[in-house]
Amino acid sequence: MRDVAVIGVGCTNFGEWWDRSFRNLFVEAGVMAIEDANLAGEQIDAMYVGNMSAGRFIEQEHIGALIADYSGLATDNIPATRVEAACASGGLAFREAVISVASGMTNIAVAAGVEKMTDVDTSLSTDALAAAADREWEGFVGATFPGLYAMIATDYMHRYPLTREHLAQVAIKNHYNGARNPIAQFQKEITLDTVLNSTMVADPLRLFDCSPITDGAAAVVVAPLEMAKKFTDTPIKVLATAQASDTIALHDRRDVSTLDATVAAGNRAFKMAGLERKDIDFVEVHDCFTIAEICAIEDLGFCKKGEAGRLTAEGYTALDGNLPVNTSGGLKACGHPVGATGIKQVYEAVLQLRGEAGKRQVAGAEIGMTHNVGGTGATVAAHIFGRT
Amino acid sequence: MSVPRFWRKIPQRYNLEGTHCEVCGRYFFPPRNLCPDCRRDGKIVAHTFKGTGKIVTYSVIRTASDQFSALTPYVLAIVELEEGARMTAQVVVENPEDVYIGMPVKSVFRRLGTDGESGVISYGTKFVPA
Repeated sequence: MRDVAVIGVGCTNFGEWWDRSFRNLFVEAGVMAIEDANLAGEQIDAMYVGNMSAGRFIEQEHIGALIADYSGLATDNIPATRVEAACASGGLAFREAVISVASGMTNIAVAAGVEKMTDVDTSLSTDALAAAADREWEGFVGATFPGLYAMIATDYMHRYPLTREHLAQVAIKNHYNGARNPIAQFQKEITLDTVLNSTMVADPLRLFDCSPITDGAAAVVVAPLEMAKKFTDTPIKVLATAQASDTIALHDRRDVSTLDATVAAGNRAFKMAGLERKDIDFVEVHDCFTIAEICAIEDLGFCKKGEAGRLTAEGYTALDGNLPVNTSGGLKACGHPVGATGIKQVYEAVLQLRGEAGKRQVAGAEIGMTHNVGGTGATVAAHIFGRT
Repeated sequence: MSVPRFWRKIPQRYNLEGTHCEVCGRYFFPPRNLCPDCRRDGKIVAHTFKGTGKIVTYSVIRTASDQFSALTPYVLAIVELEEGARMTAQVVVENPEDVYIGMPVKSVFRRLGTDGESGVISYGTKFVPA
């Protein structure tokens, strides 16, 4: 296998874009990424596109071809493939691009992610997102996505010393970071009162425990490490790519509040990179709900089960803490256009490792990690990146 | 969910008919035709659950999709059946504050929802305090 590097990145502003279409968004991100990589379109050998549910959100399938077409690459007959794994679609699209380049089958591959979620009303988007869980045996009886994560939170708080205030601290930290990220959907800091007085969505999760409905796209270009210097002075090496599965339904999990797919993907990634937890300078984790960030930090092995809430409250995961978590603002403040999120995490990791993260830059960042979850943990992608 | 897809599921929707692996002893609801532990060495047979169990975890849903919005707030729970299988279901109680982890419950046949205002009514399993 060949070593692989990220040589270009692009990302749209995340938000509610009434005036922009699905196509506008991905073309904008794609062009930014290939310009960043100093590439010409015809040098691209393959595209992988993470998208969860264009069929429900914009009533369009066949996204691979659509993206190749509107990127101006259809007449070059470029292979373009849609990758779907609910909210982990972006992470898996990135992994497919890396595998393709590592194998030698392609040299330059684009991994993109895109979702246009605001073209439908909240009820329909709630229903579309519920499809990331077991439609027949969870969604059919009234399980919403916040409801499933709320059941994780109830179980967790029953067994471990996690308080309602600890959960709120996750949102407060991520909004603080989002306020320092120009692409973030929410640019405002929030207080404990903001979270605790927001509308109850599914006990114990309130509106400010939940990631929003978002439009957005992100794209990155990967190439063999040996070729990377031809395009950029700052290639970022992919030190590990890992993926794991678990049961589709939350009720079939061995342990409701441990995501075994995160544990497995994390272990595989650290083994592949030959690194230990203490080597990681920052991590972008899948915080679709505040409880998800708590579980992610623990399941990736950064602390013992039951400790992440206290550590968050103590500032351990803050921008200037021992392990900055979700420097981008995470899904919570940056926004969560489901298919694009996994690529946006890679975008953030690359900016941090290049030293281009502005007001949220982690000083001296050498090694970073991303963690992208599909459903309530049925699919997980984990990646580790390093400066070259 | 579409009408044909719903009706084709009658046995499991209306009754707690699952399966049992006679090799390792595990019970499955919804039914599986392959045991995740024994795989092809397993021996899967039909099993009708007694319908009693306890709450593993729960939430009170306040915001739902159109199909369930009229029911809000409603209690959603993971219930562990006595035989060991777990399922997600609504728990019907007068006061959501009465629900707790470990609460004994039993299955009941209830209306789950309708396909629009005057569409086909779907029925299935909910739980009530035992």
